[in-house]
Amino acid sequence: MEDKSKQLVQLIADMQEEEAVKLSREMLDSGYDPIKLLGHCREAMEVVGKRYEAGEYFLPELMLAGEMLTAIGDMAKPLIKQDLSKATDGKKVIIGTVHGDLHDIGKNIVTFMLEINGFQVVDLGIDVPADTFVESIKTHKPKVVGLSGFLTLAFDSMKTTIESIKAAGLRDNLKIMIGGGQVDDAVKTYTGADAFGLNAMEAVSLCKKWMPA
Amino acid sequence: MSGTSPVAAAADGYAQREKRLLDAIELGEPDRLPTILFSHFWVAHYAGMTCRQAMYDYEGLAAAVRKAVSDLEPDGFQPVHSMIAFGPTMDILEYKQLEWPGHNGLSENAPFQYLDRQYMTVEEYEAYLLDPTGFVLHQYLPRVAGAFEPLAQLPMYPTSLHTRILLSVEAYARPEVRAGLLKLIQAGEEMQKMRATMSRLHAELQGMGFPCVTHGTSHAPFDVVSDYLRGSKGAMLDLFRHKERVLAVMDRLVALLPQTAIAAARAAGGRGVFIPLHWGLDGFMSPKQFTTFYWPQLQKVMLALIDAGLIPYVLWEGDCTSRLDIIKDVPKAKCVYSFERTDMFKAKEALRDQVCIRGNVPASLLISGTPDQVREHCKKLFDVAGDGGGFILDASVGIPDEGKPENVLAMFECAKQCIY
Repeated sequence: MEDKSKQLVQLIADMQEEEAVKLSREMLDSGYDPIKLLGHCREAMEVVGKRYEAGEYFLPELMLAGEMLTAIGDMAKPLIKQDLSKATDGKKVIIGTVHGDLHDIGKNIVTFMLEINGFQVVDLGIDVPADTFVESIKTHKPKVVGLSGFLTLAFDSMKTTIESIKAAGLRDNLKIMIGGGQVDDAVKTYTGADAFGLNAMEAVSLCKKWMPA
Repeated sequence: MSGTSPVAAAADGYAQREKRLLDAIELGEPDRLPTILFSHFWVAHYAGMTCRQAMYDYEGLAAAVRKAVSDLEPDGFQPVHSMIAFGPTMDILEYKQLEWPGHNGLSENAPFQYLDRQYMTVEEYEAYLLDPTGFVLHQYLPRVAGAFEPLAQLPMYPTSLHTRILLSVEAYARPEVRAGLLKLIQAGEEMQKMRATMSRLHAELQGMGFPCVTHGTSHAPFDVVSDYLRGSKGAMLDLFRHKERVLAVMDRLVALLPQTAIAAARAAGGRGVFIPLHWGLDGFMSPKQFTTFYWPQLQKVMLALIDAGLIPYVLWEGDCTSRLDIIKDVPKAKCVYSFERTDMFKAKEALRDQVCIRGNVPASLLISGTPDQVREHCKKLFDVAGDGGGFILDASVGIPDEGKPENVLAMFECAKQCIY
């Protein structure tokens, strides 16, 4: 089985979708521990993340890795009895596309990369009003909030959202990162965010810096 | 030329501006740094209109464009109406691929936004390949706009020939088809109104000395697959799961796309074709994917346009710095590359002897900076990207809708001080 587990990690990391899903099915059918199997998926995702960081993989590979993870997860999770939800407690990120903006590709990629790096992400979706961010921060008490936006209209929405968070007394001890579209250092200053990122890896690096293991 | 009539002065102005742009496109030094006004909703905001008003009020938008062009005095402009004035037509068609201001809860002052969805299933690749027109007519159009739904009942024309032409014409008289056709006529009339306003405006601006620089639009074949057919997620996964189908559909598009753009440009009597690119940027595809699925097909579309005597105005969204050595493989001095985040110093180095570059005053600077900061940035761009000519000043993806008027005015004024 050890050979098979290594093979599975390699198949996922090398984007061999059909073979990876087939092998996972075989392993589960022969009684392989589903929790261990998901562990191999995580290991493979670390390789994918590293290859993405190294400029060897790009968005299509992240998308396919996400598909493989979902397909294998859907097979393994019904076989698991214990509650896995506590695994990433304490490393919470709230993310959403700000009010008026309906774009979600960038946000989804960041969410995916954060999750495979062990962060628990609360995704508020698109066109999220400032008040929804405030309420969600009160409920989930995250250490980091990520504001996404593709349109230039998002600059003002990000600014308003951060002002609302401040007005609700929630800005201290909270890090806010922004990203998407034409966001740059000037937009970071304009909105009052703590940092901006040009891609999903930068979001992961910021979260690792702000929430060290 | 002192003492000439205003009409003659405007004609001189037109010729002078056109020459300034052509000098840059042909990689020479114009008399000064040329500019192009490219705006979505900024012109509307500048005139005090909301996004919704701009999409619905053709004459109001024409007045807004006129004001912006008069105040900024660009060397050329890209049409605004044909990019945004779709409101009434979309209402009649019950159009579903956009959300727009005041529709479905979107604020009246938010720009319209494209809905990235799967509009063609993976199984339909074969239908598209077999008969693209039939697929679009019977499946695609009914999916993206309510008024087109009855068109699914129209005859399958490749095989409905001879007496079948006569027999199948019955479909047009069915109540639901008839109702759909009436809606299409109504939508067509609305679009004629919009186009008439746009034509009058452009003739007027030409009379004032300002050339319209683009007269049609085209796309990278991969963007058509990703944006309009499969959705971004579907297209990305298809790169692994259905490579051959993606390539085959793009072959069809390589042949079809230039025909549309050439016809539009010829009908308008102009040479510029706008090609906004969505998925060509660094970080999206790997270099290998880019040189397999993106660049070769786009290059063929551009070459077909250039062969027809047209000028592709290509907008490279995002940062395309790593693509420069690949994308310079186009005929010398025959097109314009606009860059959003691409390093203009490197772009100049790579493209100096090949392609006129355009851009890229950042949106953040025009929205949150000061006129002095804008001027400083423009001068830097002139020194670097404008060295030896071959450069047109513009914002990064057109003027951002929220750009401060004083900053936008500073950008256009600054270009007039940048003398060669």
